[in-house]
Amino acid sequence: MTLEKVREMIANHLGKDVEEVLVTSTFEELGIDSLEIAELVMDFEDEMEVELVIEEPILTVGAFYEFLEKQAK
Amino acid sequence: MERNVALITGASRGIGKAIALRLAKDGFALALVQSRISQASDETLADVKALTEAKSYTCDVSDTQEFQNVVANVLDDFGRIDVLVNNAGITADQLILRMKEEEFDRVLSVNLKGAFNGIKAVTRSMMKQRGGVIVNIGSVVGLSGNPGQTNYAASKAGLIGLTRSVAKELGGRNIRCNVVTPGFIETEMTKDLEESPLKERIPLGRSGSTEDVANTVAFLCNDEAAYITGAVIAVDGGLGIV
Repeated sequence: MTLEKVREMIANHLGKDVEEVLVTSTFEELGIDSLEIAELVMDFEDEMEVELVIEEPILTVGAFYEFLEKQAK
Repeated sequence: MERNVALITGASRGIGKAIALRLAKDGFALALVQSRISQASDETLADVKALTEAKSYTCDVSDTQEFQNVVANVLDDFGRIDVLVNNAGITADQLILRMKEEEFDRVLSVNLKGAFNGIKAVTRSMMKQRGGVIVNIGSVVGLSGNPGQTNYAASKAGLIGLTRSVAKELGGRNIRCNVVTPGFIETEMTKDLEESPLKERIPLGRSGSTEDVANTVAFLCNDEAAYITGAVIAVDGGLGIV
């Protein structure tokens, strides 16, 4: 899972251009609430075929990518 | 045309069976879930199959993993779940002085945790579908309390908080969640209460039928109830009026 792929999937989920989804973007800036984060996690679970467990709040796209990297290992 | 699919727990007898028959008549395909295969569940399946596509599943609803597995099987078999009716319920009546810890735990596990398990298991697919209907079957005693039913009443009161929280969490995904609170309904579960003084306190002057409850559940499953979520709807002949 690359950072570009993560940005692309988030952008697709939101119906935004990938350029608008930066590594530093916060979910709040992107208008993503906690339920949408849960939905995103579901999308990534399907994509990665793993079960992802969120243990602490994830605030930015970059943090979300790091979370995925960590959980995929 | 693809049928809408409803999963009903505790479907073999009583209120669950009436809900199954009514939703079958309304054109739903049905996944009937019960704790074990019995003569009653076989009869219900046969009756429902005369009306619609249906399949029977066994599951201890209090077991999170078992419920997840059943939902996965239903999704494999039917492709979708549009309606979840959490109806499975048990009683273990006893004065609190005499009630054993396991009697409390077991009733809470089936009646309340069972509903949680069902909702948790279907939420993912309903969110992906961008819609769904959840109906929890509560009880008038969840609001009023009842001597000898601390466990049952607590479980049914818990369903109201569960329902309202789910309604708030998932409303934005067009998933509606309501609770129906039957009063004195003639079923096997209430046959020991036939002579109960409770019956004299029903303003409409009679006990209810399982069909009375099924009619309300069917309404909530219908698009006519599209603007109703988080509601506690009594089907009790006025018994719960305070």
